[in-house]
Amino acid sequence: MTDPSAPLIEIDNLEVDFEVGGRLFARAGQTKLRAVDGVSLELRRGETLGLVGESGCGKSTLGRTVLHLIKPTGGQVRFDGRALDDLDEIELRQLRRRMQIVFQDPFSSLNPRMSVGEAVAEPMLIHGLAGKDDWRPKVAELFDIVGLGPAMIDRYPHEFSGGQRQRVGIARALAAQPDFIVCDEAVSALDVSIQAQIINLLEELRTRLNLTYLFIAHDLAVVRHISDRVAVMYLGRIVEIAAKSDLFENPLHPYTEALLSAVPIPDRNAEINRQRILLPGEVPSPLSPPSGCALHPRCPKAMAVCRDLKPALRPHGEGHHVACHLYSEDNPGSF
Amino acid sequence: MTGPENIRLSGGFMVLLRALGHAIRHHRLSTIGFFIILFLVATAAFAPLLAPYEPYEQDLYNVLSGPSAAHWLGTDNVGRDLLSRFLYGGRVSLLLGLVSTLLAAAIGVSLGLLAGFKGGLIDAAIMRVVDAILCFPFLVFLLAMAAALGGGLINLGVALVLFGWVFFARIVRGQVLLVRELPYVEAARAAGASSARLMWRHILPNTLAPVIVAITLGIGNAILAESAISFLGLGVQPPTASWGKELKSGFDNLELAPLYSIVPGILITLSVLACNFLGDGLRDALDPRLRGEERR
Repeated sequence: MTDPSAPLIEIDNLEVDFEVGGRLFARAGQTKLRAVDGVSLELRRGETLGLVGESGCGKSTLGRTVLHLIKPTGGQVRFDGRALDDLDEIELRQLRRRMQIVFQDPFSSLNPRMSVGEAVAEPMLIHGLAGKDDWRPKVAELFDIVGLGPAMIDRYPHEFSGGQRQRVGIARALAAQPDFIVCDEAVSALDVSIQAQIINLLEELRTRLNLTYLFIAHDLAVVRHISDRVAVMYLGRIVEIAAKSDLFENPLHPYTEALLSAVPIPDRNAEINRQRILLPGEVPSPLSPPSGCALHPRCPKAMAVCRDLKPALRPHGEGHHVACHLYSEDNPGSF
Repeated sequence: MTGPENIRLSGGFMVLLRALGHAIRHHRLSTIGFFIILFLVATAAFAPLLAPYEPYEQDLYNVLSGPSAAHWLGTDNVGRDLLSRFLYGGRVSLLLGLVSTLLAAAIGVSLGLLAGFKGGLIDAAIMRVVDAILCFPFLVFLLAMAAALGGGLINLGVALVLFGWVFFARIVRGQVLLVRELPYVEAARAAGASSARLMWRHILPNTLAPVIVAITLGIGNAILAESAISFLGLGVQPPTASWGKELKSGFDNLELAPLYSIVPGILITLSVLACNFLGDGLRDALDPRLRGEERR
C-alpha cells in the first residue's frame, strides 16, 4: 500500500479540448472548445470535494476526465500515485474497479434491457468479484445497503422511481468496492425530499466504506451539506478552492461571492436583507473565451490587469486558494 | 418468477426466443402472423407427404384444367398438378426468403455495429461500400448479378444477401450512434467493461428493435424479389417450382386457369403480411417497457 497520507487523486494541469465542427466542412483552422483549462487539484483519502459552477463550466467534463472516460488533451491524473496516462487499456480497465461514477440522470444511466440486479452485478462479474452463479447474495447485500429490497433484483429499470433508480446507480458504483466515486450531479434530478435521503445515504456510505468523493453539483446547499472542501469552477478553470466553512463564510473570488449571494436563505428576515450580486451578461462561450481573466467582462471589481493577464490559482490563507488579481501580491491596487 | 437461469439467457438469441414467445402470447396480430407462417412452413416442409402428385409429373392430355376432384386447383400448361407445385414452390420461396434475409441481417448487423462503435476509418470504409451498393436500383442489381453469376436459386440467394445486408448495416449503425452516447454505456465503460462486452451486452440489445422489424420486412421483400426475378425468367430454373415462377407461368394463362397465378399471389401476400404482423409484435415484446403486463 502507498502512504495513507498521500492524496488519492492528483490532478495536474489538466486540459480537455473538444473539436467542434465536422471534418468535411471544416474551415481552415479547426475550432477547439476548451472545456477544462489547466485544472490542478488534489483529493485526499476519505474527503469529499464539492465542485460547483454553472452549467457548461466544465465540471462534468472534469469529473469524467478524472476517470479517463474522456482522455485529457493535456496534463495528467494520478490515482494512488499511478498516472492514468501510462496505463494500457487492460490496466486501466482493472483500475476502474477502484474508481466509479454515479450519474445525474437515473433514467438513462441504466440499461433498459438489463434487470437492475444484472446492472449491479456487472462490475462484480467484470472484475471477478463474483461469478455467474453466485452474484445474487452479493447484489442483495448491496441492495440492502442502499435501501432497496432484495425482491427488486429481477425488476427492470422502468419499474422504478427516480430515487430508487439512483439507489440502484449507487449500488452499481459500490459493487466493485471502489475507493473513489465521482458523483456527477447525483441528486440534482431528484425531488428535494429524495435528495436528502440520497445525500444522507452517500454520507453514511463514505464513513462506512471509507470512500473519497468528487461531488459535482450546481446546488450550493447540497454541496455545503456534504463537502469537506469546495472548488468553484468558471469556464473551465478553478477560480477558488477552500475548506467548506472558509469558502461559504469568507468567499474571496467575485464569482464565488456572486454565486453564494444567489442562494436563498431559509429565514424571512435574513432573506429580505439578502444582497444579491448580479453579474451582468451571460457566461461567455468557451469557443471564444475572454482574454485575461475569463470573468472580467462581467466582474464588478474588474481592473485593467484582468483584461490581459490570466490570474493563477494562488494560496491566500490556510488551505484557501483563489485565482483573482485582487489578491495577488504584485497588484498595487489590492487591499 | 424469473429464475437465475432466465437471467443468464439475456444476451443474444435467447432474448429473441423469449420475445417471440411473448409476442405470440400477448400480441393478437403477431399470433395470427405466427400461425400463418407456421402453417406455410409446415406445408412446405411436409410437401412430399401432403402433395397428391409428383410436382414434375406431366399429363399432357390434361393441361390447364380447372379445379376438379382429382386436381383441386387444376393443372398447369404441361398438366402438372398445381396444388403439388405450390406446396413444393413454398419450400423454395420460404427457404430463400428466410435464409437470405437472416444471412443478410447477420452480416449487416455485425458490420453496422462495428462501424457505429469503432467510428473513424472503419466506419467510413464500411459505409462507403454500403452507399455504393445502395446506388444500384434493387432490380437492376439483381439482374446484373443474375447476368454475372447466371440464374438459379443459389445465385439469387447470394445476390439477395449481397444487396440486403446494407439495409441492416445502415439501420444498426444509426442506432449504435444513438445508443453508444447514452449514460448507461458510459456507466458500463466506467465499470471496466471491455469493448466486446459494451457492444454485445449494452449496445446490441438496444439496437435490435428496428432490426427485428427490418428482418420481417426483409423476408417479405426477398420472397417478392424471388417472384420478380423468377417472373423475369432469371431466378429459379424449370422444372423447379417456386411461387414467383408459378405466378409468372400462370400469368400467361390467366384466362384459361386463373387459379394458376392467383393462388401463388395470395400465398406470397399472405407470407409477407404474416411476417410483418409477427415483426410488429416482436418489436413490442423486445422492449421491457412495453411488456409490463407479463411481469409481476
